[in-house]
Amino acid sequence: MKPARFHYVRPASIAEAVLLLAEHGEDASILAGGQSLMPVLNMRLSRPRVVVDINRIAKLKGIALADGAVRIGALARHVEVMRSPLIARHLPLIAEAMPNVAHVAVRNRGTFGGSVALADPSAEMPACLLALGGAVVLESTRGRRQVAAEDYFHGLYDTARRPDELLIEALIPPQRPDTLSAFMELSRRHGDFAIAGLACTLRHDAGVIHAPRLVYFGSEPRPVLARTAMAALDGKAWSPATHDAVAAALADDLDPIDNTFGSPAAKLHLQRVVTRRVLDGLPDKARAA
Amino acid sequence: MTAEIKAKLTPLDRPNTYVGRTVSRQGARKAVAGAGQYTDDISLPRMLHAAFVRSPYAHARLTKLDVNAAKTAPGVALVMTGKELAERITAPWLGTLTCFPGMKAAPQYPMVIERACWQGEPVAIVVAQSRALAEDAAELVEIEWQELPAAADKETALDRTTPVIHPDLGDNLAFEKTIGSGDVDAAFKAADIVVEETFRFGRHTAVSLESRAILADYNKPAERLILYTSSQAPHMIQTIYARMLGIPDHNVRIVAPDVGGSFGMKIHSYGDEVATAAASMALGRPVKFIADRLESFVSDIHARENLIKARLAVSRAGDIEAIEIDVLSGAGAYSQYPRTSVFEANQVLTITGGPYRHKHYRAKATVVYMNKVPTSQYRAVGHPIGNSVGESLVDMAAAACGLDPLEIRRRNVMPDDGYPAVTAGGIKVKELSHQKCLAALERRMNYAALRAEQAILRKQGIYRGIGIAAFIKGTAPGPNGYYGIGGAPISLQDACTIRLDPGGGIICAVGVTEQGQGVNTVMGQIAATTLGVPLDQVRVISGDTDATPFGGGTYASRATAIGGEAVLKAAGELRAEILSIAGALLQAPAGSLDIVDGHIVDAGTDRRRISLKEIGRIGHFQLHELPNSVQPRLSVTHRFRLLDDLYILTNGVSGATVDVDTDTGFITLRKAWVVEDCGRIVNPLLADEQVRGGFVQGLGGALYEHCIYDDAAQLVNGTLADYLTPMAGEMPDIDVAHIHTPTSVSELGAKGVGESGTASAPAVVMNAVNDALRPLGARVTEQPMTPEVVLRALGKI
Ligand SMILES: Cc1cc2nc3c(=O)[nH]c(=O)nc-3n(C[C@H](O)[C@H](O)[C@H](O)COP(=O)(O)OP(=O)(O)OC[C@H]3O[C@@H](n4cnc5c(N)ncnc54)[C@H](O)[C@@H]3O)c2cc1C
Repeated sequence: MKPARFHYVRPASIAEAVLLLAEHGEDASILAGGQSLMPVLNMRLSRPRVVVDINRIAKLKGIALADGAVRIGALARHVEVMRSPLIARHLPLIAEAMPNVAHVAVRNRGTFGGSVALADPSAEMPACLLALGGAVVLESTRGRRQVAAEDYFHGLYDTARRPDELLIEALIPPQRPDTLSAFMELSRRHGDFAIAGLACTLRHDAGVIHAPRLVYFGSEPRPVLARTAMAALDGKAWSPATHDAVAAALADDLDPIDNTFGSPAAKLHLQRVVTRRVLDGLPDKARAA
Repeated sequence: MTAEIKAKLTPLDRPNTYVGRTVSRQGARKAVAGAGQYTDDISLPRMLHAAFVRSPYAHARLTKLDVNAAKTAPGVALVMTGKELAERITAPWLGTLTCFPGMKAAPQYPMVIERACWQGEPVAIVVAQSRALAEDAAELVEIEWQELPAAADKETALDRTTPVIHPDLGDNLAFEKTIGSGDVDAAFKAADIVVEETFRFGRHTAVSLESRAILADYNKPAERLILYTSSQAPHMIQTIYARMLGIPDHNVRIVAPDVGGSFGMKIHSYGDEVATAAASMALGRPVKFIADRLESFVSDIHARENLIKARLAVSRAGDIEAIEIDVLSGAGAYSQYPRTSVFEANQVLTITGGPYRHKHYRAKATVVYMNKVPTSQYRAVGHPIGNSVGESLVDMAAAACGLDPLEIRRRNVMPDDGYPAVTAGGIKVKELSHQKCLAALERRMNYAALRAEQAILRKQGIYRGIGIAAFIKGTAPGPNGYYGIGGAPISLQDACTIRLDPGGGIICAVGVTEQGQGVNTVMGQIAATTLGVPLDQVRVISGDTDATPFGGGTYASRATAIGGEAVLKAAGELRAEILSIAGALLQAPAGSLDIVDGHIVDAGTDRRRISLKEIGRIGHFQLHELPNSVQPRLSVTHRFRLLDDLYILTNGVSGATVDVDTDTGFITLRKAWVVEDCGRIVNPLLADEQVRGGFVQGLGGALYEHCIYDDAAQLVNGTLADYLTPMAGEMPDIDVAHIHTPTSVSELGAKGVGESGTASAPAVVMNAVNDALRPLGARVTEQPMTPEVVLRALGKI
């Protein structure tokens, strides 16, 4: 388990990094926290010619609120996001989800950008980004572009990012005071990737639910915005019957993958359980808010 | 003498009495400080590194193997194919033992010659200046395969349409065996109630923290081979490598430095390790091979894959009358040398239902070969399976009779005053304590209160399950059993050479080995206690065939029971000699003297007369001070083995509480209890740690660990991201207690303890889960008990 030979470069700026990417394209791999990249290098599942270490690029760091959006730099470590007062205040969904990401040691190195760039189907941050209606900023020598999360996650480890693009940051609209959010996942052991999970936001007014966004992860090749289930919830009041109807509607939204963590039937069942539990818990959360 | 030592072993208030007392594990501080020395920490001048080309297919014919490009790659010193290696060995392995009549096995070469029989089987060794260069070069080996259909499923392994892995064997049948007693058919016919079920156990593997590791150093001019290796049986490895490589035993030295866990997995012979030794011999340079985690999953032995149909007859009153089991055991592509791949099934036959008094029993095993990693002995061989099956049946019987699980066991276990006895499975048992263990468990669990709480929780929709499972465990085998009479090069005796050095230090060299469990500490405790010296005056040496007397190593929970007795006896003899030398020097009868705290004292008054250091000085340097009639040896070797007994049987009973989330199928372990009887305990802390660690390892198989193969016999989850092991966060508090019924086969009285937790955990957790599910009419019969398995049992998916 030793990586195949590669060249190592450590650009100091975004401009330098994107030049390298322009030059090497698919032959380059970006090294952020390395928590996912190093294992695939060591297993020789990935054998880039060049590894571009972005850890020294200051502009990719930090978390800030600007122009009406929370900006999470690509190099913000999971632990920084988890402890950030700004995130706790404006993006409680992410604050709630982050403790489910891996273990302390992995969170100390792993980055928000790495997680979103990798697009592991069981990862929490991509699901949150989609539920919150965020976007990612990508840059190459051809310029900068912003891609909405809804257009960004294409499939299993497959995103709208082109090989010569560096993920710069995520931009996420702050949760409104009347927005409720909830997060739940099922994983076999603490810190494992989820086999079923739901990140959701919604508004409610006099007991009536509006504009729900339900994003499922863990069971699908990518985080899935469950439109049928959302329609079954929109404009309804909390009730066991509604929650059952939303869970039932998932059959149209989800098409779980079959792997060693469970059959599609088991995963659909678990996503329904998660749905009911999250929805059953929301009225209490609403009252507490 | 004997009575004297015995008296010294018990009262803890005597100086130097360490037996029965917790002392911290030697080497723990070193390991925590990162100052341990494992095989991979050893670096020798001119050392090279090995990597392997392995078969990507479960079954495939080699149609092309061209190593020329690899040979000329940067840093490469040697590439050796399976064929070339075959020419360097005396004979292939044959994994049979004569104690298994009718068993069939194919000869196994260390690496593929023309046909690969499992995914991961080594094909060629590449030796280079670094592991990375060796891996680079391994990729340059040009190789073409003709993929062959694979035998992937034990249930169809004997079908006519399934490919026969070894045509010379005629079919994929490895072994069949039926044992029994009484009149089973009549008992089932006459029975009030019969319960039956089919149980499935998934394959898993040991996942030791330190993977397999070997550093082979062949000195060509000296014709001497030294192997530094992470092993639990150095002398066995010495014999096997000497035979296989055609070197006299005495020119092969095995050093097992610090070992990071082994669990039975490091007691077998592995082709890649032989290839490493052969490469060193070919090159005359040291060659190191450290299995990485990926290759560990496809080359370390696997275990536990079994399908068992079982039934039990019980009277309406709750008396167990008869048990019958039919075992289908899935071995790998070869029978693992030298212990074979049929032991697991054999153990299931003999121990299932072992705690009980029923008189009618029949057990049949069929072991079949498949194109998978070879299987063999792994901690608690067969016991987790046999106990799960037997104890599940007993719980089903209890439910059918309307009895509490504890009650039915109380009613049926062998009585503590009924020994010696023979179980229905044919095992001679003595000095067991099922009744005492059950009583202790009931108290420690506060069983009645748990049941009351369970009833309240049920009303709240919480499915709390309470499990009970009794067990027997065969430990510390003797030569009259399988390996001895079966003809294996495995030593069933163990030995201690103990000596007094000039400085008064005691060197205690033992054949049993240390893998992090504290064997050396325990041996030191026994030696220090017997001799009457402070513990830090004793140095224990293990794991080096040049420095220790020939022994079997550590397996089958034998180190303390067998090796400890050898230490006790050897130390006793040394003590006698020291006293007689002291007597000659002091002109006092030896019987009037004693050794306390490293000094010869007057017995009774403990008045100091002369130190051990002085005896050492005179005994080694100033020998003229002694009468001519005294010729000090100051070094004693003693060996110990069981005489008539096959094993030292132990017993115990476990309890567990779990909550089953009936919506998700997730199981939460709440608490576990183990009451076991390992006879005399030398070090309470280490004994408890063995029980706890073993229990957790058993939980692994019960809940998480599974080598999952697809239809083409490809392992699909061979990484630690996909193969789940138990983690501290999910583990319950494990309450451990002991009943002390010393064995009469030794003076020390210790029985094995290292596997008891593993033997019982799967059974007790399965019973707890099924206790939770019983009101829902569901039953889980498959391990690991994943959420999927539980949901299916509940009919939710
Ligand atoms: C034991 C363990 C458990 C884990 N459990 C979880 C879990 O429960 N949930 C979870 O979400 N994750 C989990 N992870 C993954 C962890 O969160 C990773 O850190 C994360 O997925 C990747 O982040 P990274 O910074 O380490 O990226 P790296 O490993 O450095 O890179 C990952 C991939 O993203 C690319 N990349 C990284 N940054 C950029 C960028 N700025 N622009 C373009 N491409 C980029 C890399 O080229 C690479 O392909 C676990 C990891 C481990 C080792």
